[in-house]
Amino acid sequence: MDDPTKQSLERTLFAMISRTAIGLRSILALILTAAFFIPIVLGFWQTLLPSFGYIPAIGLTRIEVFAGQDLIAEPGFASSLRLTLVTGFASTALACILAFSFCAMIQNRIAKSATERFLAPFLATPHAAMAIGLAFLFAPSGFFSRLMSPWATGWQKPPDIITINDDWGVSLIIALIAKEVPFLLLVILSALNHISVHKFMATGHALGYGRAQIWIKIIIPQIYPLIRLSLYIVLAFSLSVVDMAIIIGPSNPPTLSVLSLQWFSDSDPLSLRLATATAIVQTLIILVAVTLWFAMERVVIVVGRWWIRKGGRGPVSDYLMRFLVTMVHVLLACSVLALISLVLWSVAWRWQFPDITPLSWSVQYWSYVLNSDQDILFNSIAIAACTSLICLSFAIAWLEWQNFETPSIRIIVFCIIILPLFIPQIAFLFGLHILFLRWGLSGSLIAVGWAHSLFVFPYIILTLSDSWRSLDNRYIRSAASLGANRMKILLRVKLPMLLRPLLISAAIGFSVSMGLYLPSLVMGEGRIPTITTEAVALASGADRRLQSVYALLQALFPMIIFFAALLIPRIIYVEHADLRGDRQ
Amino acid sequence: MTKLELSHVTIWLRSSRRPLINDLSLVVPSGEVTVIMGSSGIGKSTLLDFIGGHLDPAFTARGNVKIGEYDITHLAPEKRRIGIMFQDDLLFPHLSVGENLLFGLRSDLNKVAGRQALIEDALASADLAGFADRDPASLSGGQRARVTLLRSLLAKPQALLLDEPFARLDKHLRTDVRSFVFEHAIAEKLPVLLVTHDEVDAAAAGGKIIMLQESSI
Repeated sequence: MDDPTKQSLERTLFAMISRTAIGLRSILALILTAAFFIPIVLGFWQTLLPSFGYIPAIGLTRIEVFAGQDLIAEPGFASSLRLTLVTGFASTALACILAFSFCAMIQNRIAKSATERFLAPFLATPHAAMAIGLAFLFAPSGFFSRLMSPWATGWQKPPDIITINDDWGVSLIIALIAKEVPFLLLVILSALNHISVHKFMATGHALGYGRAQIWIKIIIPQIYPLIRLSLYIVLAFSLSVVDMAIIIGPSNPPTLSVLSLQWFSDSDPLSLRLATATAIVQTLIILVAVTLWFAMERVVIVVGRWWIRKGGRGPVSDYLMRFLVTMVHVLLACSVLALISLVLWSVAWRWQFPDITPLSWSVQYWSYVLNSDQDILFNSIAIAACTSLICLSFAIAWLEWQNFETPSIRIIVFCIIILPLFIPQIAFLFGLHILFLRWGLSGSLIAVGWAHSLFVFPYIILTLSDSWRSLDNRYIRSAASLGANRMKILLRVKLPMLLRPLLISAAIGFSVSMGLYLPSLVMGEGRIPTITTEAVALASGADRRLQSVYALLQALFPMIIFFAALLIPRIIYVEHADLRGDRQ
Repeated sequence: MTKLELSHVTIWLRSSRRPLINDLSLVVPSGEVTVIMGSSGIGKSTLLDFIGGHLDPAFTARGNVKIGEYDITHLAPEKRRIGIMFQDDLLFPHLSVGENLLFGLRSDLNKVAGRQALIEDALASADLAGFADRDPASLSGGQRARVTLLRSLLAKPQALLLDEPFARLDKHLRTDVRSFVFEHAIAEKLPVLLVTHDEVDAAAAGGKIIMLQESSI
């Protein structure tokens, strides 16, 4: 047994194996960089050049000053800038406050698994579908107006007032909040797993504090670091959202991202300078906004500690929080009503104002879309399924291997992975499109799928890495001590134990892809229509019945995938209570 | 001070018909430590949750809790003025030691200097003078336990619940902390209910000892 040659043979073998592992790891790092980082940098570079007047396509090959002066001279630019900042900050701050209040009130009152099931449909519904549904509720001819007419308002026809697309962006803010609150609820609920909430609540109560005060002073300060990144993502997203702003945002002037898109689609090649400059400005806005938010956190901490030291137990926070929770209930009710009104419109035939229900019904639009637009459905489902599965495999590979890297490398790679969520889509997609044109890839399913995975991958990593890390290390050590190698541990221990989070993150990836508008629009060049590009295109005034069918299709497929993700572990692990996900 | 009284307390898991705690009545006189013992899973912590008003919604309960003649069974937990100490000390990690105490200190004392002086005194009484600005994480287990008790007492509770607060401490610390807690609680004339499965703790309490048994139908 102690034969020295055998020992050295083993050592050589071991060295060879670890070298292969290093080789595989470098290949993985290479693929991740090539697939996710280089396109963004090159795309951003291609956006940067025209903003400095370098547009070789029309013979402008001199680098000039940044087009900032021209932007300021544009009528409406200042209003667009203000609108972008107000909608972005207001929606993020309100969504954050509402989500925390709601969590504070439901914690310990509703089981966690039940909350997840109840959140799934809201998470699965893409932004565009939610915006279309909410527009149907709030429009002058919408559900709420019908509900009040004519008995209370006297309106016999839709009134000539502005509700959605209002100039202040209020409807856009509401729509953004309606989508972001469920996302933040999910994030906060999973952060709560990291502290013993029940005991902190008991301790706080024992010292004479009410629920709201304990949450504000004790629970939130402890979990905030865990949800900070998600809040920044929501902030960056709200400051640069395109599809929702087109559907329900102000139109004259619109927000910066819509303005930039309008200039990009302008036939005058000189507009490219303004378009790219706006995109660059948006990138700077996100950078400044995140910094500002970070500075605000410092202020809140200082004020908060002073407030905590005073030791006040007043009931005001409880009243305030109860009011905010009512707002969340109203918001969620609106989201449900929005989905219901989509369903009603999709099967309506004649539906006059101010009737609350349609006069006659028909499934004609459904059968029309399902029969003649099958290629659109195929595009969407194929892209969403492929990108979410490919990104999930990459995510597993990265999470499995990252432990071998130094912490600094891990942080760098993580920053690269989430980078696409912090740069406005418009600021690198058009540049990337120019490159894809040169490489002969543009307008193909591959190009669209690639662009989608830039956004699907970070969301999968974000949702999966927490569960991956939380898996008790002792299971892995036990498996290793029983002689299992890394591959066997991964396939036989980790993946089966993590089945539920794996499926849920794949479902989130699927719904992210399903909801992406700009990547499909820009990379598909109109040759790869998806459900989302159709839904947004139809939203500008076309037939409501067709709009609803597309908006519902947009929400329907992610919902099916979500429920499958929640159901499959229950079927497979029917006899393994710890892995079903219905306890806690 | 006043006594803590439980009368005919019965607690069930909603999903089961067998009560976890069956018709328990007891009186803890002020300045005395009553001990509840029993194997794990018998419902000791659940009983404390019920008294403090933190009962998990998975449970349902009957019976009354009184402080003196005052029935607090249906009072909001933050209105009951019942202090609690757990096995984990649960000092708030985002606050300094002093801020943890200020959080506990009732807000009637509004002057900043007065509040500060009060917690400095409290720290000094526990041989922790000068610890106000320290991060709780930098304290030893014994020190943390003492700060936790000070925090509870600064809120001026009318009773104290101890949920195995010494279980995580080393043997040599355990005696010190235990006598520190008991002495302070008795000095404040509080009725104290201690839950433990350590017999030395139970004997050191010097009060009545109640054994919880698996209840039958």
